[in-house]
Amino acid sequence: MSGGMLTLRAWRDPILVAISLVALWQVLHEIAGDSAVTAPAPTLAHLWEMIGQARFLPHLRETSLAFLQALAIACGGGVLIGVVLGGHKLTGEVAEPILVALYSVPKITLYPVILLLFGLGMPAKVAFGALHGIIPVVLFTMNAVRNVNRTYLRAGRAMRLTPAQTGWYVLVPATLPEIFSGLRIGFSLTLLGTMLGELFASQRGLGFLLMTAIDLHDVKTILSIAVLISIFAIAANAALLAIDKHLHRGAAPEVSGKP
Amino acid sequence: MSKAGWIRTLLLVGAVGALELACRTGAIAPTMVTAPSKMVTTLIKTLQSDEIGMHLRHTLSAVAIAMSIAIVGGFVIGFVLNWVPFLRRAFSPFLAAYYAIPHFAFYPLLIVIFGLGPVPLIVLATLFAMVAMILATMAGLDRVPRVLLKTARIHRLSLIEEIWRVRLPAAAPHILSGLKLAVAYSFIGVIAGEFILSTSGIGHEIAFAYDNFDNPRMYALILFVLGIVTLFNMAVFAWERRMLRRRGA
Repeated sequence: MSGGMLTLRAWRDPILVAISLVALWQVLHEIAGDSAVTAPAPTLAHLWEMIGQARFLPHLRETSLAFLQALAIACGGGVLIGVVLGGHKLTGEVAEPILVALYSVPKITLYPVILLLFGLGMPAKVAFGALHGIIPVVLFTMNAVRNVNRTYLRAGRAMRLTPAQTGWYVLVPATLPEIFSGLRIGFSLTLLGTMLGELFASQRGLGFLLMTAIDLHDVKTILSIAVLISIFAIAANAALLAIDKHLHRGAAPEVSGKP
Repeated sequence: MSKAGWIRTLLLVGAVGALELACRTGAIAPTMVTAPSKMVTTLIKTLQSDEIGMHLRHTLSAVAIAMSIAIVGGFVIGFVLNWVPFLRRAFSPFLAAYYAIPHFAFYPLLIVIFGLGPVPLIVLATLFAMVAMILATMAGLDRVPRVLLKTARIHRLSLIEEIWRVRLPAAAPHILSGLKLAVAYSFIGVIAGEFILSTSGIGHEIAFAYDNFDNPRMYALILFVLGIVTLFNMAVFAWERRMLRRRGA
């Protein structure tokens, strides 16, 4: 099959999904009326107008900054902790069930604790976002390091690689695909955590705008912001997924299935 | 218990002990964290005297409804999508991107549509939990070994019998892990929604205690929620393990 066909096929599905979602939105609008769901075209126009407004930008910047800092902590810290837990067997065995239990608990209940520790504002949002994102990164990294094929390490020793060379030429390529999958999930969860943090007891940011819009019954603004966040999330996820597939291309096919 | 299990228990007990000590000696101010022993005593008092039963009932009934719809609906939708390749092709990009969206951004919209009450909570939690079940059902049915289906054909099983006796049991491990996720996500959806904005429920009570600087009560309720959810998750986990062992897997 030619490359042109492939890209056409790759673009066809997302475009069809986007079209059908907008159609579904229009149908919902027809059923529910303007007071519950505003129509796509005016909402998107409203979104475009809002992005141009000076009073909107500080909120957008606040949320983006909180998200980026949280993401940096979740990825950096998660990979570091994951490497330690994966490299040392007993530590990993001790920590894994605790991490898994923490993963499936509603972490929102811990948000007041974080607010008390960090105070209202940016640090609490960053901490809460990072708390959501870091666990999958740790779990994926830990498994990646644990499952490095011993033969590769032995081959490295046979070729007398220095520890630094072993790390760069053996460990990094062997673990990168799995770690990247973890980072992709960490990305989504960090975004979720940051948004949750802004929806409760916040004075700035997109979440704050959402909550004030409820009081004003401003459906257009609610939908605009929700759509803006969703478009960002889906686009970023698609890009990360493409890189993820590219990285996994050379690896053995997975048996265990989706995480 | 294994060595790792002992160390883990010691670690957790030690952490709780250290927190207790730090709170008792005043190293951590009571405006930040209350001592674990006080959390427990306040919790017992709260459970005995309060209207907490009503809030607990509201939360658990919302979780139960969302969970049932998510599990049953997710299984049926997953089964249909797996059966009809055209539908599957149409929906799979949507399903792949689904968990990238921060769903709670849509909670304000649900409140505007359904009004404050249990309905937006149930809708939010169902939306959050159902797709995990759909994905798990599809993954499970995808991985039914060909040889089992051939054996079924050799035994001339009818379609219903083949699905009931071969396909579903073979897909059960994946479906179970989807069920586990659906349970956890239903709890997260309902409690997070209650926490953000609602009029009753455990999540609302925690947010209310936080707003009123009622730290002892807040910590007691946080402990309670984390305890209940962990117990529930562990029960599902134990059940899953027993099922898998019976299958000899």
